[in-house]
Amino acid sequence: MFCEKAIEIIRELHRMGDGQLPAFNEDGIRQVLEEMKALYEQNQSDVNEAKSEGKSELIPTIKFRHCCLLRNQRCIAAYLYDRLLRIRTLRWEYGSVLPTNIRFHMCAEELEWFNQYKKSLATFMRSLGGEEGLDITQDMKPPKSLYIEVRCLKDHGEFEIDDGTIILLKKNSQHFLPRWKCEQLIRQGVLEHIMS
Amino acid sequence: METHSYFPVPPGVGMEENFLSLDDILLSHERLPSRTECTFPRLGFLEKSSDSRDIQEGTKMEMPLFLAKGLYERKRRVVSVELPKVYKEGWRTVFNADPTVVDLHKMGPYYYGLGSQLLHFDSPENPEIAQAVLQTFIGRFRRTMDSSQNAYNEDTSALVERLDYLERALFRAGQSGLNSFQNWERGRASTITASSLVLNYRKRKITDLQP
Repeated sequence: MFCEKAIEIIRELHRMGDGQLPAFNEDGIRQVLEEMKALYEQNQSDVNEAKSEGKSELIPTIKFRHCCLLRNQRCIAAYLYDRLLRIRTLRWEYGSVLPTNIRFHMCAEELEWFNQYKKSLATFMRSLGGEEGLDITQDMKPPKSLYIEVRCLKDHGEFEIDDGTIILLKKNSQHFLPRWKCEQLIRQGVLEHIMS
Repeated sequence: METHSYFPVPPGVGMEENFLSLDDILLSHERLPSRTECTFPRLGFLEKSSDSRDIQEGTKMEMPLFLAKGLYERKRRVVSVELPKVYKEGWRTVFNADPTVVDLHKMGPYYYGLGSQLLHFDSPENPEIAQAVLQTFIGRFRRTMDSSQNAYNEDTSALVERLDYLERALFRAGQSGLNSFQNWERGRASTITASSLVLNYRKRKITDLQP
């Protein structure tokens, strides 16, 4: 049957229901596009034949192929769109710099889209809240205090806070840090927020 | 409580399909028993049972929903769609008797979705199908809601095993509400937590390393 490859790439994406980004299935996309090309060419020649020789019995076949063509188109559009949604999430979860292994899962166009999205978001955030702008990816939960207690989950190296003090983030060490400085690191799993 | 910022395109409601929804694409790939009402020349290779060059009129084949929907016309008979057995009279009686005992995951898993989609085809049984699907949902909803609100910190796989796709989504929503509420009650709602995406990604990487 037609459209088998298209549903396969959709299944592959659907299986990762929690928003992770699987590797871009370039090969799958290419095969679907090839099938679409073949369907289009066969239809084109059948349409010409139906027109010139008045073979109206070909019409059901043409319609059949056309449905499959539209179906493939829908699958590819949905595949790409869903990936964009996931990539957009990465900006909010990981921050503006992505780990290399995730970048490897994106195709060139997706990387470009990510960079453009980053830029749009940065421009928007600069336009808010007067001179300095406002980082809207901060304080996703309303803060209760300026400083919070955190524990290091892995060696992260040196870390500079507002007053110029440099802190060594060593595994299992505990610190009392400005909340807005470490929120991102907590999201990334480097630090752990301790509630007393 | 983990926060999510990935929201997939939601599936359509009722008879509608959402063009970009992955769930709806998978739903419309469900196969329906159908019968061709005219000849499809040059497509014989799709039908493995015969060597003919064409798909003959009257061939019975399993057709994906999207194709049946695309080819179906009220005025001209191109294909006719038969009901899958779970929507037939016999099973409807079973659902009527006690909807909660049926394993909808095995029967579907898109029981409600497919049932609503079947209404696109002019079948004399349509009102009964619609009624059966609705009553089944009503009959099972209470139990789904109940179990999702009362299973805290325990293995839920046995609870969701027999649920249809739609019911699973409802169950997850209920669980996430329950977890958030419990977190709030214990004063942990304001804790900043690591992104579940980051955590899951790391988990996967470790398993990748193991042969």
